[in-house]
Amino acid sequence: MADAGLLRFHVPEPEVRPGGTPDFSNVTIPKAGSVPRPEIEVDPRSIRDMAFSIIRVLNRAGEAVGPWAGLLSDEELLEGLRHMMTLRTFDARMQMAQRQGKTSFYMQHLGEEAVSCAFRKALKPGDMNFPTYRQAGLLIADGYPMVTMMNQIYSNEADPLKGRQLPIMYSSKEHGFFSISGNLATQYIQAVGWAMASAIYNDSKIAAAWIGDGSTAESDFHSALVFASTYKAPVILNVVNNQWAISTFQGIARGGSGTFAARGLGFGIPSLRVDGNDYLAVHAVAKWAAERARANLGPTLVEYVTYRAGAHSSSDDPSAYRPKAESDAWPLGDPVIRLKNHLIHKQVWSEERHTQAEAEILETVIASQKEAESHGTLHAGGKPSTRDMFEGVYAEMPPHLRRQRQQAGV
Amino acid sequence: MPRRTMIEAIRDAMDVSMGRDSQVIVYGEDVGFFGGVFRATQGLQAKYGKSRCFDAPISESGIVGSAIGMAAYGLKPCVEVQFADYVYPAYDQIVSEAARLRYRSNGDFTCPIVVRMPTGGGIFGGQTHSQSPEALFTHVSGLKVIVPSNPHDAKGLLIAAIEDPDPVIFLEPKRLYNGPFDGHHDKPVTPWSKHELGEVADGHYTIPLGKAAVRRPGSAVTVLAYGTMVYVAQAAAEETGIDAEVIDLRTLLPLDLEAIVASVKKTGRCVVVHEATLTSGFGAELVALVQENCFYHLEAPVARVAGWDTPYPHAQEWDYFPGPARVGRALVETLEA
Repeated sequence: MADAGLLRFHVPEPEVRPGGTPDFSNVTIPKAGSVPRPEIEVDPRSIRDMAFSIIRVLNRAGEAVGPWAGLLSDEELLEGLRHMMTLRTFDARMQMAQRQGKTSFYMQHLGEEAVSCAFRKALKPGDMNFPTYRQAGLLIADGYPMVTMMNQIYSNEADPLKGRQLPIMYSSKEHGFFSISGNLATQYIQAVGWAMASAIYNDSKIAAAWIGDGSTAESDFHSALVFASTYKAPVILNVVNNQWAISTFQGIARGGSGTFAARGLGFGIPSLRVDGNDYLAVHAVAKWAAERARANLGPTLVEYVTYRAGAHSSSDDPSAYRPKAESDAWPLGDPVIRLKNHLIHKQVWSEERHTQAEAEILETVIASQKEAESHGTLHAGGKPSTRDMFEGVYAEMPPHLRRQRQQAGV
Repeated sequence: MPRRTMIEAIRDAMDVSMGRDSQVIVYGEDVGFFGGVFRATQGLQAKYGKSRCFDAPISESGIVGSAIGMAAYGLKPCVEVQFADYVYPAYDQIVSEAARLRYRSNGDFTCPIVVRMPTGGGIFGGQTHSQSPEALFTHVSGLKVIVPSNPHDAKGLLIAAIEDPDPVIFLEPKRLYNGPFDGHHDKPVTPWSKHELGEVADGHYTIPLGKAAVRRPGSAVTVLAYGTMVYVAQAAAEETGIDAEVIDLRTLLPLDLEAIVASVKKTGRCVVVHEATLTSGFGAELVALVQENCFYHLEAPVARVAGWDTPYPHAQEWDYFPGPARVGRALVETLEA
């Protein structure tokens, strides 16, 4: 054997950096409708290819095609479009509120609206999501009041979390939305535990775990897959691959080694990959996975292929690490525009109605914002009491906290 | 009243809790069919079925993380980490999640879990079967931390922990599993069947969390101890002839400050004893509290006897373990100070 010489250290790099021309030629996009829809009882080994393909329903002409199409009525699709548009408008207003100093922090969903909005419609009341900080569409699509979301963002006197949490770390048991934690991936294994509990209790509810591409590198991603597979937990293991973990491209989490969906295969978990910017495809795949979980067939791993079009957060400037026009070049397009075009193609929507809807939604969001701001913003107006700071650490306040509360003068 | 070992008392506590409440779930590594490497869960799977007591993958963060999810659903998981030395992979789940869930969600979600783990040295366990990591948990807002020292307490405290609405770290001194141990490693160990605290009532009873117990009343000096060190302190008092009052803290968080202050105000002197390493150990908190609350009653500096600031060694077990000789010296010095 020839001498290989000195070892060399390998560090993956994205194809293009700022100043370069965006290039997604390495991303293979299968034709819409080309991936089959297996029975939910399918043997995971027989659908291994699906972890390396992309399930798509909407084609370039705006038509819904193939075996994953046809699950939603026009009314449901119009509602879905409204949810995505609402989330986008909400994001824009809250991003602006952060810039105006009304809150300390915000994170947008730009380009990823279809993932959480469409997914929510595949769940039933009582099911539980364990979201990351980028799935507020779950709340919007479930009718959670926007004013309450804003109150949380503003940490005002009406904040349901009493000002204890960083903005956007919502919690609503009633809406199947588990309390968001700043610590990445922790909720992934918790979702599996929740699903195990539902099975232990012979319940019919299922759980949905959420994680981003970057956080799949955390050890809790691995524990979740082991536990989900071992106990056949009724859980949908969602991976939102938006290509970026702050400044780090998905290759650093070793996305290029195969796919994130493929990671489920080693655990014997059926693993699908879906066009995350295709509302119909996201919903269809989520429904398939939910049916599997409800039928006691165990977990499904779903990778949503999408693109984080906005900055990571209000504290981030993406132009420092990726080309400015990269999101425009993203081959799966924009989820709002794609669903809009589909509905126009079906002649149940039009450019005029869309423009009108945009104006209406903006008006509603602004009205909510005014109402929320009447309860205060981070540095002005009503705020949670200092007493609230000491409450809720335990069910009952222990003596040492009572002493500290007295010291704080409340 | 029947006498039980600490292992039997702990098993009985889980048995009683599982029998009373179908929401109590027990799992961990080797906990199911085999009944645990220390036999603490023996027979529970056969009695309650595999969906109530089962084996888990070797993943501490997986065990605690899944338990948090179960608790969010509404169950009361009582999970085991095989040795306290192996809890670190679960530290993120315990600190960032279990401890804060009620607070960060304003009570929308809660976390009534118990994490049981064998702790402490004196068994030639070396570096990874002897540690006492309690200070890593007492520093965390939202947790409760318990260290029982006898079968009677172990059962009552564990049932109370399982019924508690908040997350509890339950540290079981494995050196005490089969009998009390006063640090005299060269003498035969007395089994719990010969000790009055081995008397464990059948059925359900609880011992309130946050309450200390006076194990040896005295007037000359207060010794604050927990776990194995309770017996070491008692032996040191007998051997030096010093009339020490030995307080078994039982719950470290929340702490029974009232009992501590009452005793130190009476004796005017205090020695804090623990197996864990000295620097930033729980003893530092105890010393600070005694100083803050009893300053004008103190007649001597508050002393600490603890494990040295080294990893727990193997061959040097008895040079490391704070035995009765070291504790006795501290008692004498505190009285002479």
